[in-house]
Amino acid sequence: MRLSRRRILAIVRKELREYRHNGAIITTMAVLPMIFIVAPLIEVLALPASSAGALLAGDPLAILLGIPALVPGTLAAYAVVGERQQGTLEPVLTTPIRREEFLLAKAVAALLPSLVISLVVYAFFLGCVKVFAQPEVASAVFRGQDILAQVLFTPLLATWSIWVGIAVSARSGDQRVAQQLSALASLPSILVIYLVAYNVIPVTANLAFGIGALLLVLDVLGWRIGSALFDRERLVTGSR
Amino acid sequence: MSGTDAVPSTASGGGAPALVVDHLTKRFGDRAAFEDLSFEVGRGEVFGFLGPNGAGKTTTVRTLATLLAPTSGSATVAGIPLTTENGVEIRRRISVMPESPGLYLRLSVVENLRCFADLYEVSDAGDRIDRALHAVDLSDRADETCGTLSKGLRQRVALARALLSDPDVLFLDEPTSGLDPVAARDVHELIDELRKRGVTIFLTTHRLDEAERLCDRVAILSTTLRTIGRPDELRDELFARMLAVTTVAALSEPDRVFGGLPGVDRWRQDGPATYLLDVSDAAVAAPAVTRSLVAAGADVLSISQSHHSLEDVYLELIDEERKAARG
Repeated sequence: MRLSRRRILAIVRKELREYRHNGAIITTMAVLPMIFIVAPLIEVLALPASSAGALLAGDPLAILLGIPALVPGTLAAYAVVGERQQGTLEPVLTTPIRREEFLLAKAVAALLPSLVISLVVYAFFLGCVKVFAQPEVASAVFRGQDILAQVLFTPLLATWSIWVGIAVSARSGDQRVAQQLSALASLPSILVIYLVAYNVIPVTANLAFGIGALLLVLDVLGWRIGSALFDRERLVTGSR
Repeated sequence: MSGTDAVPSTASGGGAPALVVDHLTKRFGDRAAFEDLSFEVGRGEVFGFLGPNGAGKTTTVRTLATLLAPTSGSATVAGIPLTTENGVEIRRRISVMPESPGLYLRLSVVENLRCFADLYEVSDAGDRIDRALHAVDLSDRADETCGTLSKGLRQRVALARALLSDPDVLFLDEPTSGLDPVAARDVHELIDELRKRGVTIFLTTHRLDEAERLCDRVAILSTTLRTIGRPDELRDELFARMLAVTTVAALSEPDRVFGGLPGVDRWRQDGPATYLLDVSDAAVAAPAVTRSLVAAGADVLSISQSHHSLEDVYLELIDEERKAARG
C-alpha cells in the first residue's frame, strides 16, 4: 500500500487551518494542562531549601506527563465523529484518500498542537521554578534525566492518547460521548504516571526504556487498530 | 416492471459505457435498500435516477462511489470493476456531490477547494480551482468563509469541489434539495453547461421537472427499478396519446363525430363539452377529427394534444406499486 504524502498533508493543513480559525480549540487545550501543573508547582515553590533532597528521592514531576496522556485524546476524539456530525466526512471519503492516510493525517494534526502545548507548559513550569523556587530546589528540579524523560515520553504518550481518541471517535455516534470515553480511556496511563510520580513504581533506566519501547509499539499498533476500526460503511450510514 | 425487466436500456453516449450495473443489490440485514438493479449509463449522458424518499437512490450512489459494499451483483464504474480493492482508483475517476454540501464552514471557499484539490492530487491545483470557481460563478467570493454563504452558494461551492478533479462520472445527489427556485435554476444551468462539456452525470432527484428538463434518460427506482428510458418514451409506454377536443356546446351525437375516424382508437367525454380521444397517431387523427367536427357543424373552441408529464409517469408507477403492496 502506497501512502500519499500530498493527501495526508491536505488533511493536516486543513485541520491546522481549522484550529487557527477556531481559537477556542487551542485555548481549551491549553487550559486543561493547568490542572496538572498547579499542584506540583505549589509543592515545589513551597519547599524549603533543606527539603530539596526529597525531590531527588522520587519523581514527582512525572505528573506533568499527564498532560500529553490526557489532552491530545480529547482533541483526537473529535477527529472522525466530529467530521461525521458536521457532514464533511462523506465528501472526504468519496475522494481517493485511504483510511490509513486519513487517520494518520488526523493524528499528526492533533499531535502537533499537543506537543507544543505540553512542552510550553513544561517550560513554563521550569521557568517558574527557576525564578521563584529556592535555588537548591531549582537545581534538584533541573535534572537532565527528568527533562530528557519529559521530552521523550511526551510524544510517545501523546501519540498513544491520540490513537485511543481516534479509535473511540471512529466507533462513536456522538462527539461529546467520544470525548468523555477518550478521557476515561486515558485513565490507565494517568494511573501509571501517578504511581511513578509517588514512587509506588520506582523508576529505573530499564523500566523507563521498557515503557518507552512498549509505547512505541502501541503507537504503531494504534494506527493499525484505528484503521481497522474505521468502517466507511458504518460511518456513512450511521449503523451501529 | 421488475429490475430485470428494465435491463434492455440503451445508453446514449458513444464508446464504452461510463457505468454498467448488473443485478446489483444492497441489503442492510433483512432490509433491501435496493435490489437487482441493472442499467447502463453512456459516456456524456445525463442520467436521472428518480424515486420517492427511501427508494434507495442515495444508497445506490454511495455503493457506486465505493462507500458501501454491494451485497450481490456487480458494476463497472468509469471502466473499473466495482470491488473494494479498486476503491481508490474508482474514486480517483469520479466525483460525488452529496445532498448536503459538507463544507468546512470555518474555512474559506478557496481553502475548501484547495484541500480537495490535494486529496485528488490534481496537477495544476491553482488553475483548476480558478476554473471550477469560474464555472460556478464564484470567482469573486473565493476568499469568503463558507459559513457566511447562503445555502445556494454553498451548493455551488460543493459543485465546484466536484468539478476539481475533472471526473469521468459526476454523481449529483439531490443537487437542488432545499434551494429556492432561483438557486435551483442556477444549478440547472450549471448542469446544462456540464452536459455541453460532455461530462457524464448521474443525477438523483425526486424533482420530476428537473429530471425532465435535464436528463437524457431516467430510471424510476422504488427499491427495484420500475422503469428506465427517455422521458418521452416512458410517457408513450405508459399513456396512450390523446387529443382533447373542446366545443362551445355539447355535441348531440358524439359517437357519430368521433367513431370510426382514422387514428382514433376510442373516445370519452370529460366535462360538458370536452372529449378525450385516445389516438394512435395524432398527425393522422387531428385533421380527421377537425373535418368531422366541421361536417357536424360543431363550434370548436380547441383541439390539442394532451401532454403527460414525467410526473404522470412517476405517479402512475408509484401508485401501481402501492396498490400492489396493499394487495
